[in-house]
Amino acid sequence: MHTVVCIKQVPDSAQIRVHPVTNTIMRQGVPTIINPYDLFALEAALELRDKFGGETTVLTMGPPSAEDSLRKALTFGADRAILLTDRCFAGADTLATTYALATAIRKIGKEYGPPDLIFTGKQTIDGDTAQVGPGIAKRLNAMQLTYVSKIQTVDLAARTIEAERRSEGGVQVLRTRLPCLITMLEATNQIRRGAMRDALRAARSPIEKWNAHNAGVEDISKCGLKGSPTVVKRVFAPSARAQKAVLVEAAEQPERALIDEIFRHQPKLEAELAASARDS
Amino acid sequence: MIGDRFDAIVVGAGMAGNAAALSMAKRGMKVLQLERGEYSGSKNTQNAILNPEVLEGLIPDFRADAPLERRLVEQRFWMLDERSHVGLRYRFHHCNGKRPDRYLILRTRFDRWFSAKVREAGATVLCQTSVTELAQNRTGRVIGVRTDRQRDIIQADVVVIAEGVNKSLATRAGFCACPKPHEVALVVKQVHSLPRRIIEARLNLKRDEGVMIETTGTISRGMSGMGFIYVNKDCISLGIACLVSDLQRAGERPYGILERFKRHSSVLRLIEGSEPNDYSAHLIPEGGYNGKPRLFGEGWVLVGDAVQLNNVVRHEDSSLAIASGRIAAEAIFRVKSSGDPITPDCLSVYETMLNQFVAHSKKPFPALLHTRPENFRLTHAQLIAKAMENFARLEGTSDAKQDGPTSASFLSSCGWSWSVRDAFRRRLLR
Repeated sequence: MHTVVCIKQVPDSAQIRVHPVTNTIMRQGVPTIINPYDLFALEAALELRDKFGGETTVLTMGPPSAEDSLRKALTFGADRAILLTDRCFAGADTLATTYALATAIRKIGKEYGPPDLIFTGKQTIDGDTAQVGPGIAKRLNAMQLTYVSKIQTVDLAARTIEAERRSEGGVQVLRTRLPCLITMLEATNQIRRGAMRDALRAARSPIEKWNAHNAGVEDISKCGLKGSPTVVKRVFAPSARAQKAVLVEAAEQPERALIDEIFRHQPKLEAELAASARDS
Repeated sequence: MIGDRFDAIVVGAGMAGNAAALSMAKRGMKVLQLERGEYSGSKNTQNAILNPEVLEGLIPDFRADAPLERRLVEQRFWMLDERSHVGLRYRFHHCNGKRPDRYLILRTRFDRWFSAKVREAGATVLCQTSVTELAQNRTGRVIGVRTDRQRDIIQADVVVIAEGVNKSLATRAGFCACPKPHEVALVVKQVHSLPRRIIEARLNLKRDEGVMIETTGTISRGMSGMGFIYVNKDCISLGIACLVSDLQRAGERPYGILERFKRHSSVLRLIEGSEPNDYSAHLIPEGGYNGKPRLFGEGWVLVGDAVQLNNVVRHEDSSLAIASGRIAAEAIFRVKSSGDPITPDCLSVYETMLNQFVAHSKKPFPALLHTRPENFRLTHAQLIAKAMENFARLEGTSDAKQDGPTSASFLSSCGWSWSVRDAFRRRLLR
């Protein structure tokens, strides 16, 4: 069984701060981690590999420094790691990202055998869109199971998979065909410690790096900023809404006292309400 | 059993461990370095002074990309009483050339860079891997290590123990005793971020110039200890170090002393408006080189803080740790390339070389600080401050007249020369 796990290197959101003036995220000096949801995907893939044999390939797109996250994935026990890195991928939204990743997965299929399962986390903690997984599935024309909490069975001969998927109303048990893309839900497993053997291999082996050309990208205009129709209109940090509660004392007509107090704090409100009352 | 066998395993990726691993890897040895933290430096809290001479031997062009905070151009010495300080500045213009002679570094940043050099040199560096045991055979020879990643032994001809001040592995293996309270000082430290320009304005520094302030006096409440302030690129770190045994005896809480230090008017004005972003504590060895434990044995050598090769008074423990790692590596390589098996007899060349280095670096390695701490830290600090106050103020103002000794009576009671010598004997009169 060949599984491909897509991971992303993200800034550790626990240590991130927003610039008070520009409202941009201050990434400088913020340590990076593997997107925590992706670790559940990786563990699920590794468990299947241990059970059925075969290989697990880890794929990420990012700057050269994303190599660290791939090395970590190898430490956990992944068999192969590929870094998709090229200046032309920079500034990609989810559409352009899925294009690049899907192209690379096709190339992985050619080089190392077609994947039976592709895994991603349910979403990333920096983008939070949850679009990349389904986008890859769509581009590869693969089945997709999102928010999977458990993989029940895989039948390689019949090329089917059965999995539990958490939905709002409860748990759905679904069966579909391979190849299939799975986005894995959090807290569904525990990433392993990683054996010494794997740790040594991770520390020593070079990471395979692919640029757009190596990955088989044919249309550069679909990559990076150029290939991204999403426009960031404005970035802002939500201001804290907490305000001190005011205690209104009124022996008689408490509602009257309350409204007076509200109008006192919101001077425009009274005029607006009066105007709208007149209009209606 | 892991199939691989290494020429050397280095336990720890601090200054000594990195120096040893780099040195051996550069000489073509097969080196495995194991570090408990997420990366080299991730667990380090030190603000250190780097002596380039030692590092240059390993990485000649380190200035090109090493994360150096500022070059040290001035050291200040403050004697504090509760309300004032009497200070001395030593500014050394002759070191401000192209190749400054000391740098301030933040170990978190520096060690990470150092570790990258170790990897480049060809060593296998594994982080997030704790060594749980030095594996010994029946005769007591260290044959490798066990880690928390698996029970099996990873084998090596020699294990370089660079685990730091606590020496927990070496202690468990019976090679030395764990440090006693009077042999270690506890440092509590806080890092305060400030914009670069504000730091430079407050301390009267030009770009890249750095300063370190050492303080003594009533701040340590009579305990053997001192306060320090390091001025980095965009942060000021300040802290206080006291002997653990003194803290025990006095029943003082380290963070309480640090808070008092921060509130002292001389200190407060340096960090006003800053953002505190790091609070840490660490032990530093104070035993002195003469009280060092055994440095080598069957299949192992001890380097770095564990050797007590520190020199608190000159703040060069980091550089000395590098030196011990490098010397151990050279010794191991010498034995290895001679083709002999690695026996303690052969490894004794490490101690010989280290002794030579220590003797060679002219100045002695004192244990800690001071011979008459109580007088010095309490009475003298207050007397000197009082004398200065009386000297500086106009007659008849404030309460200067009412109490305390005048400068004249103070001087006649103990004498300037004695008290200055007492105060700075280790620094000035060496």
